[in-house]
Amino acid sequence: MRRKRQKFTIPSKYLLLIMTVICVLFMAITFFTDFFAAPLSNFAGAVVVPFQTGVSRVGEWMSNRSDELKTLKDVLAENERLQEQVDALTIENNSLQQEKYELNNLRQLYKLDQEYSQFDKIGARVVAKEAGNWFHTFVIDKGSADGIQVDMNVMAGSGLVGRVTEVGNDWAKVIAIIDDNSNVSATVLSTEDSCMVQGNLEMMDRGVITFSKLINSDMQVKEGDKVVTSHISTKYLPGILIGYISTIDADANNLTSSGYLIPAVDFSHLEEVLVITDLKKDYSEKE
Amino acid sequence: MKRNVFIALMVIVCFVLQSTLFQIISFGDIAPNLLIIITAAFGFMCGKKCGLIVGFASGLLYDIFFGNVLCFHALIYMYIGYINGNFKQIFYKDDIKLPLVLITASDLVFNITYYVLLFMLRGRFHFIHYLKSIMIPEVVYTIVATLILYPFIRFVTGKLEQGEKRSEDSFA
Repeated sequence: MRRKRQKFTIPSKYLLLIMTVICVLFMAITFFTDFFAAPLSNFAGAVVVPFQTGVSRVGEWMSNRSDELKTLKDVLAENERLQEQVDALTIENNSLQQEKYELNNLRQLYKLDQEYSQFDKIGARVVAKEAGNWFHTFVIDKGSADGIQVDMNVMAGSGLVGRVTEVGNDWAKVIAIIDDNSNVSATVLSTEDSCMVQGNLEMMDRGVITFSKLINSDMQVKEGDKVVTSHISTKYLPGILIGYISTIDADANNLTSSGYLIPAVDFSHLEEVLVITDLKKDYSEKE
Repeated sequence: MKRNVFIALMVIVCFVLQSTLFQIISFGDIAPNLLIIITAAFGFMCGKKCGLIVGFASGLLYDIFFGNVLCFHALIYMYIGYINGNFKQIFYKDDIKLPLVLITASDLVFNITYYVLLFMLRGRFHFIHYLKSIMIPEVVYTIVATLILYPFIRFVTGKLEQGEKRSEDSFA
């Protein structure tokens, strides 16, 4: 026992101090360089990602079952009725909208749609979401081994989800466009006016994200207009659907407008995503 | 030794559950903060040093996956674990009130620190909204999760301690 007591130990006070210094040092190093990125991400990929993949499958199964329980008959009936109404209104709205677009814009749209399908995509599964409640990043199960690179765009269905910010060997981190730190430069399809789309945690409860700096002096942009990624962006490929404008207000300077748009992607039920393997920088070189 | 393995396992399991299962079965997009529970729990059960290391490990794991800079979460969790370690003297095994109060307070402190450092400094001043829509729901879910997770941790650590004591006695 005596020998045990003589064992060298650091008092916890000093340990705290030392660890604090180490933490600050690491924060500084990772803020200015990406020195630790590769070894740590490989460690994480080997140890944690396999668990996450397995558990998230189980979780999906469970949530699907619980959803089934919730869907009672009358709710379904009501939902169907409302859905029909929504569909009818959407079709009506769409046809009205489309008539407004000028031939020029239709041509543009056609061209964009064509470009759209030319992007090479690979499917990936969402295995983990940001563990806290403040930001919206998630982890997918494809990484550099599958050809994923940083800054590749991620889609789900027809809309933009976000972009890859970090890549491990068999996992990648994606920042969603609804994340509070995310900014996307966008274009309103009907008028080709550009704006900035910013994620905002405060607005997420209402299912909308904010846009601002829309140059809209003629007030031509209307609610329901499509917003797509713009040609100016350095990271996002052009012409990917972001969402539809839900409210629009003129700013105090009377030159620009801002408001909210409804994203085209249902971010709360994200299970499978498509990663576009074309990078914007290569894309612009090709043109 | 056994206890250290158990602690390491708990950190990884809690992180995995928090980032997968609990995100999927979350209510209103809010999930409980399991990492705070284990950081605080090991802090007041095993002392300052243990809380500090558990906090650091869980924060680091978080940083590797979701952080923008390394060791940011590790630093916050580490301090929470250390502060909880100070309550070891007044901690009794059969008392559930103190753990609940400490874990609740830890989660609240964590969220407020997080808000101040990552949101307020970027000009998002609407504190009441964040309090209502994120912090309070998270604290409530964390309390519910504590009621399930904490007895389990206490049970296992109790068993392990007994085992350690027995082997020490037989050694003597």
